[in-house]
Amino acid sequence: MRISTKYWTLLFLAALIAVTPFFFPSGYYFRVGSLLFVNGLAVTGIVILTGYAGQISLGHAGFAGIGGYACALAPVHWGVPPALAVVLGAAVSGVLAYLVGRPILRLKGYYLGVASLGFGILVAMVLNNERALTRGPDGIEVPDLGLRGLLKDWGLNLTNGEFWYVVTGICLLIGAWIALNLHSSPTGRALRALHGSEVAAGTVGIDVARVKLQAFVISAIYASVAGSLLALQNKFITPDVAGFLHSVEMVTMAVLGGVSSVPGAILGAGVLTLLPQVLTVFAEYEQLILGLVMMLVMIFLPEGLVPSILRRLRGRDE
Amino acid sequence: MSELLQFVFSGMTVGAVYALVALGFTIIFNASGVVNFAQGEFVMLGGMITVFAHASGLPLPLAALIAVAVTAAVGVALNRLAIEPARGAPVVSLIIITIGASIFIRGASQLVFDKQIHSFPAFSGDDPIHVLGATILTQSLWVIGGAIAIFVGLWLFFTKTLLGRAVLATSNNRLAAQLVGINTKFVMTLSFALSAAIGALGGVLVTPITLTSYDVGLALALKGFAAAMLGGMGNPKGAFVGGLLLGLLEALTAGYLSSQYKDAAAFIIILAVLFFMPQGLFGRKSTDRV
Repeated sequence: MRISTKYWTLLFLAALIAVTPFFFPSGYYFRVGSLLFVNGLAVTGIVILTGYAGQISLGHAGFAGIGGYACALAPVHWGVPPALAVVLGAAVSGVLAYLVGRPILRLKGYYLGVASLGFGILVAMVLNNERALTRGPDGIEVPDLGLRGLLKDWGLNLTNGEFWYVVTGICLLIGAWIALNLHSSPTGRALRALHGSEVAAGTVGIDVARVKLQAFVISAIYASVAGSLLALQNKFITPDVAGFLHSVEMVTMAVLGGVSSVPGAILGAGVLTLLPQVLTVFAEYEQLILGLVMMLVMIFLPEGLVPSILRRLRGRDE
Repeated sequence: MSELLQFVFSGMTVGAVYALVALGFTIIFNASGVVNFAQGEFVMLGGMITVFAHASGLPLPLAALIAVAVTAAVGVALNRLAIEPARGAPVVSLIIITIGASIFIRGASQLVFDKQIHSFPAFSGDDPIHVLGATILTQSLWVIGGAIAIFVGLWLFFTKTLLGRAVLATSNNRLAAQLVGINTKFVMTLSFALSAAIGALGGVLVTPITLTSYDVGLALALKGFAAAMLGGMGNPKGAFVGGLLLGLLEALTAGYLSSQYKDAAAFIIILAVLFFMPQGLFGRKSTDRV
């Protein structure tokens, strides 16, 4: 029944994405929805890295920054179509993750966290300081994807919000599908084995360094694509997307919902995306409440919302 | 030559603050195995509370004392309310808890105080001292001297007093310490109070030079962490030297290479140290039990 669990998850997710818009009181909610999906996509990458392989990254926003700025710069400077710029950004992120990941993945726990943090901050710093190219902290505009216009020509007329809701929703579904497939693939099993014990995984013939690196590269590509989608959707990007707080936000979303499960992590992304929208009423208290939520969830539901709730539902039979 | 000396002075001043943050890190890390990302907030609280206590009419020394005491209490509360209940949680959870705490403290001080940049007068006037063509602020001497005094005080505390040795014993082996009758719970409380007080003191000393506002904590925490790692995680001597070195490197980067990328120095150092000598300058090589 393992396989059907996977498809139920995807089906449930797809249904949720398709049905919720009927309850949207205004067009603004399409935007919130697509923001949620973009975050969900980035967080799914964290699930692969942290949930499956047990490695920590506090610098994944760096890859989101690369993905985002690829969409801002490549079309303008090298005439690359925006859609291809997403791929280009993902490729650059992947290669960079490979090069950075090789040395830093030898580290564990806090050390890995800090090394990845250093990487992320360096990316943010370059984006802030290379004004000639990135126009610095004020941000830069991103060209239109062009797909909405194309759809209009074909007679499919979507508002900007609706269009991005659909595009990011589909991307999230594809991302979740890949991550769920990976879970029970040989690589996924190897990752989960080394999460349990690297030495044990090594003794049964798993090339620990290589699979770790694979997980790092894959999750970097997730973050990069999420960054690209965010940039294309907003038609604007600032270096904040690569900042430390964004990295922390990604990890927090994943851990909040349950880092070892894709739907859990997406729920976490949902909670942390919606929270600031709800809290706009208490803008003054936003940081206070965010910090409080982070601490309370980690103290009382250390496995995250979804696994903890599931355990409650099943009773204490485990 | 005078230019170099000038950079060294400013590097030592900033470095002394990093050293204090790194020392605070080290104390908590040794006692509890937790890397406290909220460490920089202690520095912020030290500065901000002093500013507001002083503005309400209290004399500066009293205001500073209150700031240190209140921050120490915040440290104790952090341990009791957030770290202790999560004992044994995975590293990711602990990272998120302390980052959450740091965001929480920032959010709270933004409400209690305000979002403005503040300062208070330097301890012994604003006239700089001229040394070999370079100038140094008297407040810089306070910062550097203060950091050295705190370091020596800590060293005496940890090596010469029974209580300090109890803290060391607890960080070596919590269970064994408990077995010989050390109140490890109290040791944890003490460690957090001490660490927070040191951070606050750093904030009090440096605020006349660097100014302060509710959001200065995060950058300080990251730099202090870099310093601790440079010196070798868990080693107080390493933390102190690491802090000064980091400050110097930053000042020299700003002076000779690029002031925009001075903050990059810290993180390039972290990466280089982790790649080439993960145990840091003073750390011992560690092996894991399987």
